[in-house]
Parts: sequence; C-alpha cells; structure tokens
Amino acid sequence: MSAQITPPLPIPLLSVKDIHKTYGGRIGCTDVSFDLYPGEVMGIVGESGSGKSTLLNCLAGHIPTDSGRVLFDTRDRGLIDTLTMSEPERRMLARTDWAFVHQHARDGLRMSVSAGGNVGERLMAVGARHYGDIRAQAVDWLGRVEIDEDRMDDRPTAFSGGMQQRLQIARNLVTGPRLVFMDEPTGGLDVSVQARLLDLLRGLVREMGLSAIIVTHDLAVVRLLADRLMVMKSGHVVETGLTDQVLDDPQHAYTQLLVSSVLQV
Amino acid sequence: MSDYNFAYLDEQTKRMIRRAILKGIAIPGYQVPFASREMPMPYGWGTGGVQVTAACLTPEDTLKVIDQGADDTTNAVSIRKFFEKTAEIAVTEKTGDATVIQTRHRIPEEPLGEGQILVYQVPIPEPLRFLEPRETETRKMHALEEYGLMHVKLYEDIARHGHIATSYAYPVKVEGRYVMDPSPIPKFDNPKMDMAAIQLFGAGREQRIYAVPPYTKVVSLDFEDHPFDPSKADHPCDLCGAEHTYLDEVIIDDDGGRMFVCSDTDYCAGRQAKGHRGRLSPTEEAAQ
Repeated sequence: MSAQITPPLPIPLLSVKDIHKTYGGRIGCTDVSFDLYPGEVMGIVGESGSGKSTLLNCLAGHIPTDSGRVLFDTRDRGLIDTLTMSEPERRMLARTDWAFVHQHARDGLRMSVSAGGNVGERLMAVGARHYGDIRAQAVDWLGRVEIDEDRMDDRPTAFSGGMQQRLQIARNLVTGPRLVFMDEPTGGLDVSVQARLLDLLRGLVREMGLSAIIVTHDLAVVRLLADRLMVMKSGHVVETGLTDQVLDDPQHAYTQLLVSSVLQV
Repeated sequence: MSDYNFAYLDEQTKRMIRRAILKGIAIPGYQVPFASREMPMPYGWGTGGVQVTAACLTPEDTLKVIDQGADDTTNAVSIRKFFEKTAEIAVTEKTGDATVIQTRHRIPEEPLGEGQILVYQVPIPEPLRFLEPRETETRKMHALEEYGLMHVKLYEDIARHGHIATSYAYPVKVEGRYVMDPSPIPKFDNPKMDMAAIQLFGAGREQRIYAVPPYTKVVSLDFEDHPFDPSKADHPCDLCGAEHTYLDEVIIDDDGGRMFVCSDTDYCAGRQAKGHRGRLSPTEEAAQ
C-alpha cells in the first residue's frame, strides 16, 4: 500500500494499526495505532467507558475486532498479524510469549487448584512432564512474588486479594513471556498493598526486560511503571507521549482534566 | 415370543447408534455425540452401555454382563435379564464364552480375544470436566490437543498426597492423540486396555459414544519422576490365592476382620474349580 521505507533499527515487538471495534452502533475504540518496542512499558489511561479495556481485549485476541491489524514479532516467523493467524497458533502464543493479568485475580486463576498448580499449569501446557522440575520452578516464582513456600499447596481461595494478584502474576510470567497485557492490575487493592505490588511489578519488568501494556485509570500506576502513555476518551486516543511529558504538561483538555483530578495529599 | 423389537431399540435407532460407534472406532478416543434414548432404567444404571450393547447384538451372540467384576449383582442381573427378554439371546457368566460383554467398572481378568466386544458403562465421558466446566472449551482443548490441564490434576494429587492418588477413571492417551476417560475402572485395569477385543464406551445421560479399536496403544498419563503405577491391594485372594488379580476388601465381622477376594467372580470361581485355594477357602471336609 504505502511506499516501502527502511524500518527503524529496532523492530517493534507489537505493531498496532487502525484498530476499530464497535458494539452495535456504539464505538468501542477506533483509530488506534501504535508501536511497542522490546522492553517498553506502555500505559493506557482514561475514564471508565473510554474503551481502554476493549482495546486491550482486542489486542490480546479475547474479542474480535471489526478492522485493523495487530502485528507481533514472533520468535520463528517475524512480524505476523495475530488477528488473522489460526486459533491454535494464537492460543499457543497466549500461553508462551504472551501473558494477560486480569483485574480480578479470580478471572485469571483456577481457584480450585493449589498455588503451585496454578503456577505450574502454563509449564505443563507447554509440555513440562517432570514433577520435581515443575515444582522447583513454582517455588522459585512464588518466591519472586513474595509468597512463602509453605503456602504453595494452599488454594488461592485461602489467599488475600494482594496475594491472589501476585500469584496471578507469577502464573503468567513463569513461561518467560515477552509481552504482558495488564488490565487494572492494582484495582481493588488497598494502597499499601498496591505500593508493594507496583514495586514488585517494576522490578520484574526491568529484570526480565518485559514489554507490557498496562490499562489503568490510576495515574500513579503509570507514573511509576510506564515509559509511554496513551490517553483515551470515548474510544479515541486523544494524546500520546512520554509519561512524564504527558502528565507534567498535558496538552489535550481531557488530559488536563484527568491530571488535575488527582487529589494531592 | 416377545413383543419387543430385537434388543428393545427400533432399527432406525440402532442404525444411528452403529454410525456413532463406527465413527468412534475410526477416531480412537474421540467422543461422538449421539441421540441417546430414554431406556427403561434410570440414568446411572448403564443406559449408555445398554444402548451400545443393543446396537451390537445379533441373535447369535452370547452376552455376559458384569458389575464391579461380579455377575450376580443387581445391575448385572437386571441388564442380563433385560436382554434375555428383549433379544432372546444366550447369556453366560464365562468370560471366554461371551461374544459381547457389558461391564461396569471392571475389565475381566481373563484376556479378551479377537471377536469379542467389551462395552463400558460411562457416567462422565469428559476427562477434563472437573477442571474445566465449559463444554465448549473442553471440546476446543480436545480439538487442539491442549492437554496440559490433565497434568494439573495429577500435579495436585502429588502435591496433596505425595503420589498420584487418582485410583479409578485414570486418564489415558489413546494412540498418541485423544485423552480419554476409561470410565471408572480401577487404574489396575488400565494396562489391559491394550487388547485384542473391541472396546466401546457408552454414556447415556451425556449422550456420547467413544471407542478403542483392537491393538490400539493406550497410555496412562504420568510424570517422568512419578510414573504410572497400576496398584492393587497387597494381598492374595482369600478364596483362590491369586496374587495378580484386582481384589475387593470385604468386612466379615465387627472386630476389624476382613478378607480380600477377586472382584472378578467368574475368574475366581474358575481358579477354585481348578483346585486353587486361599487363606479362607472352605476345607475339603467342610465342603463335602
């Protein structure tokens, strides 16, 4: 379509082009395009109903889009449109190179399976068949998210909200994904637990060199985690830029409103 | 002369069931949906197995029905009588003489041969059911061969009990493809599923038929460091002395007394007739 230009040196890990999604006649999100580079964390902020969760679910392939492309830099075949790839491939991607952290840990965990089993599931799904190895990796990961080893055979129903959320993160990161989708990872947690979780997430993202897309309405979360920011309103992207730039010098009226709405304690 | 159509079901229904059976045999381990009929017995009593048996029977067949290995329990007796009445076929208790064997929860100890059909009664055909309640999702998992979840169940067993505690309905992989619930047979019987006879599985309430053709590879799932173990009670049979058969534990008094006997009554009786004796066998004098 467009003239071939030399691509910039780093190949984007995820390249999103003109995502458009409507619910009946209503716009879910429209005209969304961006590139995400390896190791980069992108925040998507906006009020409730602004289309940020719709966008995230479209990108992760949970709901079908009306039009647009989501190109992912796969390990073996380079940039591929994940919306048109076959379902087995997409599901394989979803349990190896991708991870999805739900707002409610209950949506992302198997509540009737022990913490260790929850972490081990992804390993077993990609073919691990050695109990000792699976367990050792589960112990390792539970340790990284600060869950004691002696809790690993307890079910997540016996965990606090913060622990459930940390368990969900461990379960998602155990296969070493390259791209993590997070939908309000700190929603519903009290502030001190939020702070610990954010600290943990920041550490993991930096240490593993993860790329992440974080949807939230909490500006503090993106201030701490995100390199870049996308502000959405009514399904449209109204402003993008470096996090500090957007938050400290908001250009769009809605962003200005959003930033000034935060209570300064 | 009975007024029933041969083997109770009408010919069109049997035809429909046979098509499901043929499809099941063509795709070993795949659950074929079929239009299960109301049978004159409650769900859970073997309505699926009865329909499969009815579709397989010919007037020349000899039928054996077992329930937990025994020929003389209510379920086995009722189903045997049902086919005696509606199909007027020969029945037997001898495993070797039967051409069609309907079973609930056991595989006979005597190896089955070509020309025999083993029909299982299945309560829940979906091995992933209790891990993933959505049928749409489990079907997709079968289609895409995503069976990691099955190992999560085994993992949980080891984490909780130190070993794989699943002792019946132990999941198997058929011919390297479909993971299948072998019906609630003890895992002791799993290795026997590599057999010369045709194995058919009927789940009436769940409306599924599946099959394992003769000489098909059936592998019980396990972990590399926790291999599959077809365990049984560590005793010889108290009536026939057999040490290689699956045993039932029977409480015989209220002082903790117990005996272990073969669950396969025909096999045990056969061994006793050949002169094998166990710990609690009646003595020669008492028997006379």
